[in-house]
Amino acid sequence: MAESVSRRGFLGSAAAASVVGTVAVAPGRAWADSVPPDRIRLSVNGKAYEIDADPTVTLLDALRERLGLTGTKKGCDRGQCGACTVHVDGRRVVSCLTLAIACAGKKVVTIEGIADGDSLHPVQQAFVDCDGFQCGFCTSGQIMSAVEVVAQGAARSDEEIREAMSGNICRCGAYPNIVDAIKQCRGDH
Amino acid sequence: MKTYDFVSAGSIRQALSREDASYLAGGTTLVDLMKLEVMTPAHVVDINSLPLRGIHCAPQGLRIGALERMADVAVHHEVAQRWSMVSTALALSASPQLRNMASIGGNLLQRTRCDYFRDVRMPCNKRKPGSGCPAVNGDNRMHAILGGSSACVATHASDLAVALVALDASIRLQDRHGERVIKLADFYRLPGDTPSVENQLRPGELITEVIVPACDWPQAYVKVRDRTSYEFPGLGGCGGRRALGRGAGRPHRGRRRGHPAVAVAGRGEGSAGQAGDRGELPGGGPHGGG
Ligand SMILES: Cc1cc2nc3c(=O)[nH]c(=O)nc-3n(C[C@H](O)[C@H](O)[C@H](O)COP(=O)(O)OP(=O)(O)OC[C@H]3O[C@@H](n4cnc5c(N)ncnc54)[C@H](O)[C@@H]3O)c2cc1C
Ligand code: SF4
Ligand code: FES
Ligand code: FES
Repeated sequence: MAESVSRRGFLGSAAAASVVGTVAVAPGRAWADSVPPDRIRLSVNGKAYEIDADPTVTLLDALRERLGLTGTKKGCDRGQCGACTVHVDGRRVVSCLTLAIACAGKKVVTIEGIADGDSLHPVQQAFVDCDGFQCGFCTSGQIMSAVEVVAQGAARSDEEIREAMSGNICRCGAYPNIVDAIKQCRGDH
Repeated sequence: MKTYDFVSAGSIRQALSREDASYLAGGTTLVDLMKLEVMTPAHVVDINSLPLRGIHCAPQGLRIGALERMADVAVHHEVAQRWSMVSTALALSASPQLRNMASIGGNLLQRTRCDYFRDVRMPCNKRKPGSGCPAVNGDNRMHAILGGSSACVATHASDLAVALVALDASIRLQDRHGERVIKLADFYRLPGDTPSVENQLRPGELITEVIVPACDWPQAYVKVRDRTSYEFPGLGGCGGRRALGRGAGRPHRGRRRGHPAVAVAGRGEGSAGQAGDRGELPGGGPHGGG
């Protein structure tokens, strides 16, 4: 084939997943369930999928390798860095310590799912406005955390914001601008 | 990861029917250690649909369902007012994401953070009985200063357990044969010659709830660590009645008066002023008298 294939496009098309409809997936593997043991049903960003994966596959690997949603990053893979932060049923979690199969019947939202069409989520916009990143590797996790922090509204002072964001490590040290971005968003919620 | 079969239990009875299974709550210990192949269960039972929820504050005490999440208990208003040690210990634990995931029952059963334990290429008496303990003469800056043995000097990593032992809390356990309630201080075992046996949980037994008596003395939980947030404790201590954890193989309670480094506030049986006069912290024997 003469067409050039981008890495992202290739990963995306190679992902072995089928979209089975929108939202409302059946609850996960119950005591006696009809889903074959190597298939997992997931609802991600409002779409229902059925993927080829055994029960050992983490949500992070399911997102990146089966669904081609590579915006969620794998940093430590040990629950320590927050790069893999996504929302499950509205709460931020680390997807590297979450089993995909345990998310059946729940609503997963990733960085790919928070913008409204072409208009960025206010937290995404604030990160752009405030230069809340350098290399960008930690950024999707930072933003998913910040979305919860802004929505909860409990963190007021800079120190409280830093504590509320302490589960997201940034090796580039973009912390001051991340705090600024969160402060900028407060009026939006 | 070693493969396993996975089911989600719809009832407590269903969950208890698999004695050889590992229960999945928040998964922040279990999934981590399965990935490292430190834990290799053949069956995993997801218990998150079980009705083990609820935070009940009453004049006589507090009851917390085993599946309540650390984050929810940490911000619970009445818990913060009446059992501030519990909320502080939780708020200082792990990260916000992990606190959203991790359950109270799972927290009490988390495994040690000893790096040798977590590395299956290394010997470790706790992981593989009889293989030896490289930490005794190895990298042991974060290991036990109390309650270790020549077989194992690992510490207990739970902040919450330290607070709960100080508060004289109990846990309710359930298995196929029935229920029992046991003091958390008696639940944990010191490593001794059998560091692989960490507590009194029986195969297939569930923690269903945590029971904390009312507490009317001032409390504080203090955590000493390498960074100001998101770090396991080097040392955790509670005032009021004293308990010391993470520096230790299991959470300890000061037996007579507190140790100066540990009794940070409150009165208990002695006043904070007296604390340390006859300060004594138990060494290797059985502890828990308050
Ligand atoms: C990066 C990182 C940092 C951390 N920092 C801290 C810290 O600073 N302080 C701290 O205290 N902790 C810390 N932790 C540990 C964390 O708090 C525990 O992993 C968590 O509380 C375990 O709860 P869980 O629900 O996720 O348990 P799971 O991983 O689901 O389960 C843990 C164990 O308990 C069993 N189990 C779970 N629930 C029950 C039940 N109801 N009955 C019977 N068995 C059960 C499981 O089978 C498993 O063996 C940290 C963890 C990580 C990964
Ligand atoms: S201290 Fe305990 S857990 Fe660590 S290597 Fe020694 S036996 Fe294993
Ligand atoms: S990749 Fe999940 S916390 Fe680092
Ligand atoms: S922007 Fe580079 S790690 Fe945070």
